Amino acid sequence: MAIEWRRDIDQALAEAKRENRPVLVDFTAAPG
Amino acid sequence: MYPDPRVAAFINEHFVPDRAHVKEQATVFHRFGARWTPTVLVLDPDGREVRRIEGFLPADELLGQLDLALGYEAANHKKWANAEGYFEAAVDDFPATDAAPEGLYWAGVARYSASHDAAELRQVARAFKERYTDTGWAKRSTVWRAE
Repeated sequence: MAIEWRRDIDQALAEAKRENRPVLVDFTAAPG
Repeated sequence: MYPDPRVAAFINEHFVPDRAHVKEQATVFHRFGARWTPTVLVLDPDGREVRRIEGFLPADELLGQLDLALGYEAANHKKWANAEGYFEAAVDDFPATDAAPEGLYWAGVARYSASHDAAELRQVARAFKERYTDTGWAKRSTVWRAE
């Protein structure tokens, strides 16, 4: 199973607001 | 941290996951004050920080921390039963992690906040005399010991 990463924090926050779920932000230096 | 399928499933179920690369999205790093990678930030739906996890954690440790984050998010909205459930999950599902004593402490706080019964806090203090005795959370609970 893969994590369904979003790539735009503001869109992720808007989705979180709609779904009343918290956002998990992964700050990474890994490629990809 | 993420190859473990339990971690991926838990994150997909409970969170909206967003990934920000240090070089490609430097503005997001600065916006949220990230200073190291990996850093995991849990934000409530209004963008307020709930939990910050800096540095790598093995899967069980991370899962325990995410249970705590969900517990704190519920507690912030005074959803005490939900909060207690997540805090207890950190203890019951990941008893050997750093999240467990923190969960034990805050599960008691959630029960007390719901009931206003000080016996809940004394019970936590008694539990810390048996488990996680050398942790900072055990020290914090000493004030609740019965005279």
